[in-house]
Amino acid sequence: MTIRLGGIIVGLGLTAVLLLWSLLPGVLNFALPEKPDYYAFQEENIAPEEGFSFEGPVGTWDVAQLQRGYQVYKEVCAACHSLKYVAFRNLEELAYTEAEVRAEAAAWTVPGINPETGETTTRPGLPTDQFPSPYQNDVAARAANNNAIPPDLSLMTKARKDGTNYVYSLMMGYVDPDPADQALSPEFETPEGLYFNEHFYNINIAMAPQLTPDRVSYSDGTEASVENMAADIAAFLTWTAEPSLVERKQTGWFVIGFLLFATFLAFLSYKQIWAGMKPKKK
Amino acid sequence: MSFAWAKQYEPKTPFTKWMDEKLPLPRLVYSAVGAGYPVPRNLNYMWNFGVLAGFCLVLQIVTGVVLAMHYASNTEVAFAQTEHIMRNVSYGWMMRYAHANGASFFFIVIYLHIFRGFYFSSYKAPREMIWLLGVVIFLLMMATAFMGYVLPWGQMSFWGAKVITGLFGAIPLVGETLQTWLVGGFAPNDSTLNRFFSLHFLLPFVIAGVVILHIWALHIPGSSNPTGVEVKKESDTVPFHPYYTSKDGFGLGVFLILFTFMVFFLPNTLGHPDNYIEANPLSTPAHIVPEWYFLPFYAILRAFTGDLALFGVTLVPAKLLGVIGMFGSILVWFFLPWLDKSPVRSGNYRPLFKKFFWFGLVPTMIILTICGGLPAEEPYVVLSQIATAYYFLHFLVILPIVSQIEIPKPLPFSITEAVLGKDDDGAAQPAE
Repeated sequence: MTIRLGGIIVGLGLTAVLLLWSLLPGVLNFALPEKPDYYAFQEENIAPEEGFSFEGPVGTWDVAQLQRGYQVYKEVCAACHSLKYVAFRNLEELAYTEAEVRAEAAAWTVPGINPETGETTTRPGLPTDQFPSPYQNDVAARAANNNAIPPDLSLMTKARKDGTNYVYSLMMGYVDPDPADQALSPEFETPEGLYFNEHFYNINIAMAPQLTPDRVSYSDGTEASVENMAADIAAFLTWTAEPSLVERKQTGWFVIGFLLFATFLAFLSYKQIWAGMKPKKK
Repeated sequence: MSFAWAKQYEPKTPFTKWMDEKLPLPRLVYSAVGAGYPVPRNLNYMWNFGVLAGFCLVLQIVTGVVLAMHYASNTEVAFAQTEHIMRNVSYGWMMRYAHANGASFFFIVIYLHIFRGFYFSSYKAPREMIWLLGVVIFLLMMATAFMGYVLPWGQMSFWGAKVITGLFGAIPLVGETLQTWLVGGFAPNDSTLNRFFSLHFLLPFVIAGVVILHIWALHIPGSSNPTGVEVKKESDTVPFHPYYTSKDGFGLGVFLILFTFMVFFLPNTLGHPDNYIEANPLSTPAHIVPEWYFLPFYAILRAFTGDLALFGVTLVPAKLLGVIGMFGSILVWFFLPWLDKSPVRSGNYRPLFKKFFWFGLVPTMIILTICGGLPAEEPYVVLSQIATAYYFLHFLVILPIVSQIEIPKPLPFSITEAVLGKDDDGAAQPAE
């Protein structure tokens, strides 16, 4: 009895505090936040027309696309962005042979130590090395990029909502501001050293537009249009973020198939064991 | 323990006879979860979740121990080490996704288990101790899950740790000292990560210990059942094995199908993308949100937006009110056995209680979960304030009053009657 009475008093007291001191002022000031007149940020990502080969429960890598994406990374992105969780040996998953991977790694320069003097130096990469950062350290990265550090790209497609399409959208987002929006906010301008991108969360991004038609030349005859390069790099970065993506889904089918069978057997044994116990339906 | 007609373990081979004399472990298992534990014959699928919760605990411990073999609790390397597990350890991705989604599924199971308890009043005498131990397990789970989320040392790990440890700073006088002591510094750092890892490894075994007490306490009165009528005679029960082992086996299969679907096809859906960015104390994420299973309590924390003040004097600051509200929202469960005094247990026979459960408590929890994940903007703040108010009213005011004024529906004479539609009351039951 005491507990119930105490409970009622505490409950009413707490509710009164909540309603009088928190809800009442809130309601008095109640006004939906006004949307700014000019709001160019496109939160909804766009996707390539035909989508990506690895989407859906049975999707697999388009290895040729991943190779093209790697080429875009190597020839464009790598100038500023590291890929520190990926090793050259991982490229074997993109259907490069061991010898090709060895040659590919050797084409990169990685930090090393001079075995004679112990001084820091550089050496050609080995398959076991990870992709090197283009900058010595964060200070150098900031200094070279208008005070913005180019982020590591290994996990980019998992570190953003709907990440694969986000990378694609960002690559495609360098457009001119909508004249109608601009008319509403004539004072809006993109600051010096930043670039307007409607898919970047604060509209102005420190990265200059990189993908221009024929920025790379694909050896497999694919047209190096901005759309194709954007899709290829988005696919490649999906692989770097989750190399096990396809293996995971394929394992999943096997596991779920087994579990469906096992659960069916479990259901039958449950029904058999209980057969005598349940009353007959009238 | 339990009922007079419970079957006793009978060792048959010389070895089991010898074992039974020296260490009657098979006898213990037989009486606890074997044919020697009589269980009401009318349990529905809501009674599967106890066994499932036990399975989740084992799953988390097994995957967690394997992950711990490859992890390093040092802020310099923790994030990279997690990626090492994902990329270089054989099936490391599967272990980590199973562990992360396993935590979510553990909470789904435990919430269903708790709400089963609410609806069927499983907390009522003679089962108060089972309920109290259950709330202790839930609190331990929350602590364990929170510290586990810090270990990958992503952005949400760091900022979640900062927000939650910051709550201790709201305690008057000693708060800030306490917070600095708990964290081992002024903000989450290497000391924090190390002690969280240590405790994250320890607490599951503490949980396992309390689970043993929980099951021990359960075996004294025996399991409850959907009618809420206590077991009267042997025909009301069936042996746990094979009847409920087979039913739980089927339930486990269904659970595993849903669980593996998430692990293999949507492993990051319940997580947050920001946690794939390495922790950066200098860059605050736009929205700091806890894992989904904490959202209702996070919404209650944030519902208290105003200082309790009279004539311009702040008596209790809003932050402290929020902390009291959040911890109070779980502590109130400890008092449930004494707040709800209706002699009828099952919600099926309590028309008024049933309405408040389905149209009051359940939608309130859903609103709180949704609002907890949204930014602190109108109208979500007002919504979570109303929901928080109802939450406390439900447990502290509505339940005691309903239990006084409600006229329950007539109960069946026995479980046998509830199942078969008739019970030859009092007449000697012929042995089956």
